[in-house]
Amino acid sequence: MAEKRLRTGSDFTWRDMEVGNIVTEAGNAGLRRTGDWRSRRPITDKEKCNKCGLCWLYCPDAAVKLSEDGYYETDLFYCKGCGICAKVCPRAAITMVEEEEK
Amino acid sequence: MSRRIGLEASFAAAEAARMADVDVIAAYPITPQTHVPERLAEMVADGELNAAYVPVESEHSAMSVCLGAAAVGARTFTATAGPGLEYMHNVLYVAPSMRLPVVMVVVNRALSAPLSIWGDHSDAMAVRDTGWIQVFCQNNQEAFDMTLWAFRVAEDPKVLFPVMVHFDGFHLSHVTEPVILPEQEEVDRFLPRFHYPFALDPDKPMTHGAFGAPDIYSEAKIAQEVAFRKSKKVIIKGLAEFADIFGRHYHPVEPYRTEGAKTLLLTMGSFSETAKIAIDRKKKRGESVGLINLRLWRPFPFQELRRELKKAETIIVFDRCSAFGGPGGAGCSEIRSALYGESEKPRVVSFIGGLGGRDMSVEDFEYVVDRGREIAAVGSEELFATGGIRGEVTAIRG
Repeated sequence: MAEKRLRTGSDFTWRDMEVGNIVTEAGNAGLRRTGDWRSRRPITDKEKCNKCGLCWLYCPDAAVKLSEDGYYETDLFYCKGCGICAKVCPRAAITMVEEEEK
Repeated sequence: MSRRIGLEASFAAAEAARMADVDVIAAYPITPQTHVPERLAEMVADGELNAAYVPVESEHSAMSVCLGAAAVGARTFTATAGPGLEYMHNVLYVAPSMRLPVVMVVVNRALSAPLSIWGDHSDAMAVRDTGWIQVFCQNNQEAFDMTLWAFRVAEDPKVLFPVMVHFDGFHLSHVTEPVILPEQEEVDRFLPRFHYPFALDPDKPMTHGAFGAPDIYSEAKIAQEVAFRKSKKVIIKGLAEFADIFGRHYHPVEPYRTEGAKTLLLTMGSFSETAKIAIDRKKKRGESVGLINLRLWRPFPFQELRRELKKAETIIVFDRCSAFGGPGGAGCSEIRSALYGESEKPRVVSFIGGLGGRDMSVEDFEYVVDRGREIAAVGSEELFATGGIRGEVTAIRG
């Protein structure tokens, strides 16, 4: 159902709408690729990073995840490129790079 | 045994909400609606009604509370009037689009300026397209009956749309008339307990009121439109069930002595009763006239109206509301739309009057019919004429 809801191509008509546009399954925001809103992406310099986790704490989309080596990685499927992580990083380890320059 | 007692329309509507055993009332007092929430607050305080009464700080909040209450499956009631209805305007759209079956009494009041606390239909017409089922009442009995009926229809799983019950400020809200109150057992038979199929529940999480991006908004609105039009079947079925249990018969469009009538006067609300006396007088003089009381305002009863109107030569529509710069009164423009596709159609004449509490007497309605026939006979391009207003308006063109 959740996948059907995200499908808004030509075969999804008004007849497929739930009564009152209710989303009957919880947690399906996770299926929404918000990463394609991004114009700038965060790049972390591991040389500077001291694994303090402020980027993880401040990310408004919970797009920063703790990886096995103890560093923090950005999940680009969700990251909207807001730049808060770069702003709060006390060691300036995160820089925002224009997407077209990648 | 039913009881027949003297009640204002406001108290009658409050009594209907009590007998419907509402769970939540959220309302802000505004003249001339005040007696409705006052009475309900009294009932809750005195233990006559087991409900949550939420004394909000505005009508905007009143409707917002109603949305939340309905979303958890509470039987929800509110009441407002005139400027209060406009103050909740943007929240009004949310109830039908989220399919939340709130019932609201609107005690019709004029809009400023000049400041007026008295009755007309400007408030109702301004919320015409919000997606609420809307009915008008002619008297205090109907204020009780339509309020009760509103819960039955709103909560039907095939409907799940909110309902506005309109009755005229002061002309009904503050006038005492005999009202027949049914037995609680009869009410319970007519109105089963409310089970909202999409009630918010922490054990079954779901999302109400989600964001609608451009790729889905249009589909959402068309789905709403189709469902809303389909609700007319249940509206009519609900009226038939009401008649079965309580013995009073109501219809979306109510003809009064229209058989073979060449001229039909169309009115809404309490003025229909006054206009009926004018029709009686004219019938007695042998004039070919009749009256249509339009009860159901939304969804608009196109088919029923066409059936009643198309054989007449002249339709005179009396609106208690200005539609500035528009095609006559708001009601009139709907009637014209309903008839436009007919190959042979009556001439439709728009009258505006009864504004801001101005009374319309039986003689005033006799004048409206006479003048309406004159305008129709000369084929005037007048977009509207006035009734009961000093200094006649003539030859207003678009």
